[in-house]
Amino acid sequence: MAETYTSRLEEAISWARKYSLFTYPFATACCAMEFMATMAPKYDIARFGAEFPRFSPRQADLLFIVGTIVEKQAPVLLRIWEQMAEPKYVIAFGVCASTGGFYQNYSTVPGADQIVPVDVYIPGCPPRPEQVLDGLMLLQKKIQEGTTWVQQRDRREREKGIEPPRPRPRRLPVIS
Amino acid sequence: MAKADLDKLVATFPEAIVATHSHCGDETAVVLPSHLSEIMRWLKESGGFDLLVDLTAVDYLGRDPRFEVVYHLRSMQTGNRLRIKVQIGEIEGGPPPEVDSVVSIWPAANWMEREVWDLYGIRFAGHPDLRRVLLYEEFVGHPLRKDYPKERRQPLVRRENLLP
Ligand code: SF4
Repeated sequence: MAETYTSRLEEAISWARKYSLFTYPFATACCAMEFMATMAPKYDIARFGAEFPRFSPRQADLLFIVGTIVEKQAPVLLRIWEQMAEPKYVIAFGVCASTGGFYQNYSTVPGADQIVPVDVYIPGCPPRPEQVLDGLMLLQKKIQEGTTWVQQRDRREREKGIEPPRPRPRRLPVIS
Repeated sequence: MAKADLDKLVATFPEAIVATHSHCGDETAVVLPSHLSEIMRWLKESGGFDLLVDLTAVDYLGRDPRFEVVYHLRSMQTGNRLRIKVQIGEIEGGPPPEVDSVVSIWPAANWMEREVWDLYGIRFAGHPDLRRVLLYEEFVGHPLRKDYPKERRQPLVRRENLLP
């Protein structure tokens, strides 16, 4: 007799999504070296189903913010995030992307979460590949549980009766 | 060594030299801003200093004159180096401090002078296109001045209600 599996559809989809993350590396500074090490065979991010960097945000659903974000670059980061395919997730890689790190000056954004919603923060300057993989597994756990920012927003909107495709603000207001 | 070049400079423009300084083969001359163009053109054409290595500024907050613009010159024939400085003060509440541009002598000065204007707020008279080069146009102030507060942020975008 054939075995049968039952699951909620949403859980099955989350399971599939968490093992097929398409990453967009927004690599701006020295942390990118460690990102390359994580991608390379020794640590091999492919074991977690996230081996495929897409250099177009429209083909990616995981934004890796790798390195320092400066104020001049912030509109670019926001535009990239807006262009990414839904549902999308964001990892802040290194202390610079998480909090601004040791920079406290006129040019550095104090954390990428000032601009886009971040799901997982990976501390370290730069973080070791083990930490990165740990962060990726944490993100997979969040996707499975449905606690990433985008999933929570979707759930909230569904409760309000808004079904996708939903109207979205084109851009956040520009503060000059 | 460059000492000979420095001596020649002092002998040619005795009235324009404020101070000279030699240390471990590094020759420096502080010159009057009014004679800067003349001296620089002479250094390029007669002194053989055909390369402008760097052009930058220093803010000595609390000193009068407050700013110093520094030119690092090098001769590609002899390999000698020479440093020229001009001191410029600031009038409280007045127009920004200004020195003569050297773009017409060394075209390499173009972006360096723009950078000094961007970060220190020193204007260069005669510069062909004195705009900000590193920071964005919306930026107010000159952040490498010592009195620019380090915690001041001038964001272009900020998130709005992105909490889950
Ligand atoms: S966290 Fe450290 S290694 Fe990473 S971008 Fe910042 S300074 Fe570079």
